[in-house]
Amino acid sequence: MPNGADIIRQIKERIEEVDPREVHHLVYREGGGPNGVPPSAGPNGTVVVDVREQHEFEESHLPGAKHVPRGHLESRIETAAPDKSKRVILYCQSGNRSALAAHTMQDLLGYEDVASMTGGITLWKDRGYDVDVPLALSAEQRSRYSRHLLIPEIGLEGQMKLLDAKVLLLGAGGLGSPIALYLAAAGVGTLGIVDDDVVDLSNLQRQVAHSQDRLGMPKVDSAEIAIKEINGDVEVVKYQTRLDASNIMEIIEGYDVIVDGVDNFPTRYLLNDASVRTRIPVVSASILGFDGQLSVFHPYEGPCYRCLYPTPPPAELAPSCGANGVLGVLPGVMGLLQAVEVIKLVTGAGEPLTGRLLLYEALGATFTELKVRRDPECPICSRDPESISDEEMGVFPDYEAFCAASG
Amino acid sequence: MPTAKIPPVLRSSTGGEKEVAVDGATVGEALRSLASQHPDTERQLFGDGGELNRYVNVYKNDEDVRVLEGLETPVSDADTLMILPAMAGG
Repeated sequence: MPNGADIIRQIKERIEEVDPREVHHLVYREGGGPNGVPPSAGPNGTVVVDVREQHEFEESHLPGAKHVPRGHLESRIETAAPDKSKRVILYCQSGNRSALAAHTMQDLLGYEDVASMTGGITLWKDRGYDVDVPLALSAEQRSRYSRHLLIPEIGLEGQMKLLDAKVLLLGAGGLGSPIALYLAAAGVGTLGIVDDDVVDLSNLQRQVAHSQDRLGMPKVDSAEIAIKEINGDVEVVKYQTRLDASNIMEIIEGYDVIVDGVDNFPTRYLLNDASVRTRIPVVSASILGFDGQLSVFHPYEGPCYRCLYPTPPPAELAPSCGANGVLGVLPGVMGLLQAVEVIKLVTGAGEPLTGRLLLYEALGATFTELKVRRDPECPICSRDPESISDEEMGVFPDYEAFCAASG
Repeated sequence: MPTAKIPPVLRSSTGGEKEVAVDGATVGEALRSLASQHPDTERQLFGDGGELNRYVNVYKNDEDVRVLEGLETPVSDADTLMILPAMAGG
């Protein structure tokens, strides 16, 4: 009995094989537009068919190639190459599967002019010819994100942007928890998380990324577990630290969007100044009791946090959630409104909340929108970002007194 | 009369009132009216020199009075004054 290699050798003797150089010359130079602009059909209606599997085709393929996996050859080839008298060139990864497919088409399906490309796409690429790397999702991703793909404002292009996006979450607490979960579910490629705290029982009333069996665990680790349970493809970058002037520039560099869910004023001012310097948009929310505030601070496209709040209130007018309490659902509402704004910024869909402040008052079930203007005298964003120094970042009037009072 | 909306952090100074009807033809007069009805709000709204504290944002309807005419901004009966504190909770 001949072995598999013998069979392939014998079959190759019975079919026509063409070198990639010839395919490139005939199909992509003479046949199509100038200098190889890829036509899907070359001279005399030549059809190029990739017979590899879906995932191989999605990785890259010859420009304009049609795709019929070898396993579906008999049932689908007539859609790709309806005229059996016209020339068809098949290729695969290295030239074996396409030889077998060419044999089938020639001997069983009655194609009159079939050839298999020697060495497959591997040799094609070795010769330095172009391939198409399509915007494509894996089969699993197409299924996972199918409800995004169905809405035109997101679609394939928007989903690819989400998969490429790097979003930094400041805080993995009340606001950060739902944001992390939903952005992971939405397919944001990289989620950075900054938090120096550990999970406490009093967090679980609202911080839904954490759980009873993770009490005492660093929040960044607990959030990573929750994210990975939803979407294992998300890359999680953990910063178990407190943001300060010495580390903020290094941490935020390279992120596309920053989500502010921090629980104190000094860090909010610090973040504002650093984000203006780096021109990274910040989706900001804050919560207390039954009230929430939300805005997008997009440096130089709209106001910054200091334009809205030039100086923080004194400590007695700036209670924290720890001191005054918060409805557990409220950070869910506000956090998910932040997550929506993140997705809009990444995909370019819709109108971002730049220059607008959205207030939610849960008891009255009211939303109020206020205008926020750029302050022409803003101590930070009225200036050239390069002129903002490390020493200025996060400083505001009465900073020392404020920090002493708030402990 | 214009209506002043009171944020949660100031409601302990207004006996829990969320909205207070105020008198006055300008933002400044309206806020003084609030302070006279609820004296505890005065120190929170105004500095020693009678100016609006920098950390207090006041909106006439949806516009910050700082980009209008500040305390001199005229108000009518139909207007709502929103007193807005910064919040830092997360």
